[in-house]
Amino acid sequence: MTNHWIDLANSDCILIMGSNAAANHPISFKWVMKAKERGATIVSVDPRFTQSSAKADIYAPLRSGTDIAFLGGMINYIMENKLYHEEYVAYYTNACFVLDKSYSFKDGLFSGYDPKTGVYDKSTWKWDNDKDGIPVKDYTLKDPQCVFQQLKKHFSRYTLDKVSAITGTPKNDLVAVYKAYAATGKPGKAGTIMYAMGFCQHTVGVQNIRAMSIIQLLLGNMGVAGGGVNALRGESNVQGSTDQGLLFHIWPGYVASPKASETTLAIFNEKRTPKTKDPMSVNWLSNLPKYSVSYLKAVWGDAATPENEFGYGWMPKCDDGKSYTWLDLFDAMYQGQFTGFFAWGQNPACSGANANKTREAMTKLDWMVNINLFDNETGSFWKGPGMDPKKIKTEVFFLPCAASMEKEGSLSNSGRWMQWRYKAANPPGDAKPDGDIVVELFDTIRELYKKEGGAYPDPILKLKWDYTTNGQFDPHKVAKQINGYFLKDVKIGDTTYKQGTLVPAFPMLQADGSTSCGNWIYCASYTDKGNMAARRGTQDKSGIGLYSEWAWCWPVNRRIIYNRASVDRYGNPWNKERAVIRWTGDKWEGDVPDGPAPPMFLADGKPNPNGKYPFIMKPEGFANIFGPGLADGPFPEHYEPLECPIEKNPMSGQFINPTIKQFGTAHDKRATCDPRYPIVGTTYRVTEHWQTGLMTRYQPWLLEAEPQQFCEMSEELAKLREIKNGDKVIVESARGKVVAVAIVTKRFRPFTIDGTTVHQVGLPWHYGWMTPKEGGDSTNLLTPSVGDPNTRIPETKAFMVNVRKA
Amino acid sequence: MADKTFFIDTTKCTACRGCQIACKQWNKLPATETHNWGSHQNPADLSFDTFKLVRFSEVVSGGKLNWYFFPDQCRHCLEPPCKDTAEGYVEGAILKDEATGAIIYTDKSRELDEAAAEAVRQSCPYDIPRRDKASGRLAKCTMCIDRVGNGLPPACVKSCPTGTMNFGDRKAMLELANKRLDEVKKQYAKAQLLDTDMVRVVFLVVDDPKVYHKFAIARNDVGISRKLALRRLIRPAAALIAGLTMAAGAAAENSRSE
Repeated sequence: MTNHWIDLANSDCILIMGSNAAANHPISFKWVMKAKERGATIVSVDPRFTQSSAKADIYAPLRSGTDIAFLGGMINYIMENKLYHEEYVAYYTNACFVLDKSYSFKDGLFSGYDPKTGVYDKSTWKWDNDKDGIPVKDYTLKDPQCVFQQLKKHFSRYTLDKVSAITGTPKNDLVAVYKAYAATGKPGKAGTIMYAMGFCQHTVGVQNIRAMSIIQLLLGNMGVAGGGVNALRGESNVQGSTDQGLLFHIWPGYVASPKASETTLAIFNEKRTPKTKDPMSVNWLSNLPKYSVSYLKAVWGDAATPENEFGYGWMPKCDDGKSYTWLDLFDAMYQGQFTGFFAWGQNPACSGANANKTREAMTKLDWMVNINLFDNETGSFWKGPGMDPKKIKTEVFFLPCAASMEKEGSLSNSGRWMQWRYKAANPPGDAKPDGDIVVELFDTIRELYKKEGGAYPDPILKLKWDYTTNGQFDPHKVAKQINGYFLKDVKIGDTTYKQGTLVPAFPMLQADGSTSCGNWIYCASYTDKGNMAARRGTQDKSGIGLYSEWAWCWPVNRRIIYNRASVDRYGNPWNKERAVIRWTGDKWEGDVPDGPAPPMFLADGKPNPNGKYPFIMKPEGFANIFGPGLADGPFPEHYEPLECPIEKNPMSGQFINPTIKQFGTAHDKRATCDPRYPIVGTTYRVTEHWQTGLMTRYQPWLLEAEPQQFCEMSEELAKLREIKNGDKVIVESARGKVVAVAIVTKRFRPFTIDGTTVHQVGLPWHYGWMTPKEGGDSTNLLTPSVGDPNTRIPETKAFMVNVRKA
Repeated sequence: MADKTFFIDTTKCTACRGCQIACKQWNKLPATETHNWGSHQNPADLSFDTFKLVRFSEVVSGGKLNWYFFPDQCRHCLEPPCKDTAEGYVEGAILKDEATGAIIYTDKSRELDEAAAEAVRQSCPYDIPRRDKASGRLAKCTMCIDRVGNGLPPACVKSCPTGTMNFGDRKAMLELANKRLDEVKKQYAKAQLLDTDMVRVVFLVVDDPKVYHKFAIARNDVGISRKLALRRLIRPAAALIAGLTMAAGAAAENSRSE
């Protein structure tokens, strides 16, 4: 989230789209209802009428997989009716940048597409620079080549008629939503988006979010209280896991992992460090070498020296052009490209798209280590439906582990708040905390390398590895290393920081090896003032629910990021009653400001020579409406999902996302516009179960409330298929099938898509064959293993199925 | 003397079932075996093992779809017909707690035979009393009087994230309910508080109560029978007083042991 949970209460209009927050983030609704009490309008956009819709003022249905059409229509509405926050758009976003004449878009494709490779050459996605290397700008936003006019042109195609034909949303519903939301473009008004997997799990997932981000920039909703782009994360510490770089493509702090061709630290730093010629742009990431070197010192300790590039050579590198995402991993496993697998705190047999492919892939393994609380469909894959244990050679080790309340450490929530948790109970029997399992494993592996050598012992033997106290994993030691230390006396300005002390904040980190820091964005979380994440100050001095003394958030406890955009160029808040920061004349007060630089203008109206642009994390200092860095385009564009109910894309000649990669195994079947699978299928969650249900299916009270696999469908579809409420049905896709109980409901209605009636159904993905007996198996048996070209998150929210009575 | 009341604002309910499951947890009630019968409402009805149940109804009103949620429970009536009926059969089977007004089913309810228990259930305007076939014991919401007696809110109230479940002194709760009614009436002309003068569990709804639940408001074909009314008049007053003091002991009995 750019904002945080409590901040929802400050909003004037809350759009819940790509999420069913009332059901799946129930506590969030405490704040949503508070906003409603204050007069906020709640809008729910969803293929079916949900618990969130039941509390909303406005509900609009849309066919799964058409969010860009819907949001594109909103962009068009905002532009046509001039509802954008003009001053914000002109001076804070790159709407004013003039695009190079080589940039173009035609019939669904941006300039630079190579149909042979399915990859874009992005060199034409650029703006012109003047002779000083600074982007050419038109603050009047009238130049036909400027981003603003190109945006207008691009989305002028998203007319109400076109959008309605694609989404199936009635036109008056579109207008009702657009009108309510676009009203937050008025300076002083704030609109927010609560989204989750409904935006992400598509082959256009990232562009869905981009569309919403563009809307938030047009309306001046970034950086303000009650605004922002707010991802509702689906696990209590998934924010922590991405922050700490658990995904293959990033180091902790979202620094892109090195590629094999980046053979030296110098090359790595050069490529990762953005540059700008504009003195008014802070370009905060120009500090990146301080963070990468400090990270290397945290990893390798004393073994990291300037001579060996601080151990950069020992860091794992990704092969150039190769992707190691979940989908790629399981495809590689299926192909037998690796033979050992740790299924650590996950249940891939039920959680990954195309479960039949995943389950068969597991049969190719020599060994699997399954670390979890309970036995599950992954560790026991070999005795699942259709499996013959005699034919499977995989040796499975099950290591029971501790639950979150059985160990000490921090969780980072969606709002970036790092909250320390204490141990409430001992884990049962032999179950151990993950930290202790890692320590034991690695100590043993290290010993083996010392005794036997190995292919490449250096990284194993030289790793800084001192995170235990009395032989037990010590989360405080890890947390402190994440924060970072001065490794020698360091003088910065007038202050000398002593060797061995904790670094107060990341501006003090150095690129010369004199500081270590496991994660630059967490620097300031554990300092000489103590464990900031453990603070429980209940005073709110801000008046807008910042609670700055409760726990700690990154970066540097800034609760609302991009908050320099919450004020005008003189430092006056757009909304005085809900100010995030304000300029007093010589300093900022309120939330931690996004950089200490003064406003761009002095009180007398003259430009401040020390003033800086507000979006300090962008090299040019302006927020991106034109976004040249993504795989599939600088502007979002509607493409149909890989599997869809119609023959062609009503928006253009480009049917599906032109940059998605498809796998070629026997399981990677695709059926689009196929009479065998004419119904749109989607997946979602319930309050009572969580993820694959691995933990919740063992909880009797939760199972009592939601006992088994179900399929929600419209009364119209049920009538067509002669299905009665409560009947057992079979839901089938090109890849697999599940048995479910039909919930026939008014909350799903058929869509009219480009003149045709299209039905949609939805299933939860919480069940698995292990337990309960009549619970049903995983909905991921139906879903396709194809994903977004930027993130490779699977398209589990829109695929084609058929439904029949069992 | 502070008497207690719930105010349940259904306009804020999201059917998260926190209340339903918190009640199970606090009272150590077993989970019953359920199957999906075509609804998210599970268990399907209140039972000896389910004191709090979120009821779901899809209602088309004025061309608009609504999905109403009704977190049902015993109303802890000010003049409980179940108690009046039970007293006609077994003294002390049902008591009223002086401090809170909570209506408590005691272990003595086992002594009610099947017919008597059925009469008790039939007398309830909201169809709340449930009986265990094996032991004959009656059970329902206890107002968590063990929690309340220790200064804690009932478990369902504690768990509710949105402010649907409210609990406190009756005066404060009725003020809150009426204030909220006034706010909600601006948008929903049909908004009303249900049976306010009769119960300690006041629901706020925005539509015809019957579309939420058959027994959302008191059915008017109940009350104690003439025969039972006469039996009550004849009983000595002393027995009535004795019944009040048993309420304190009943609290301990109400926590379902494992």
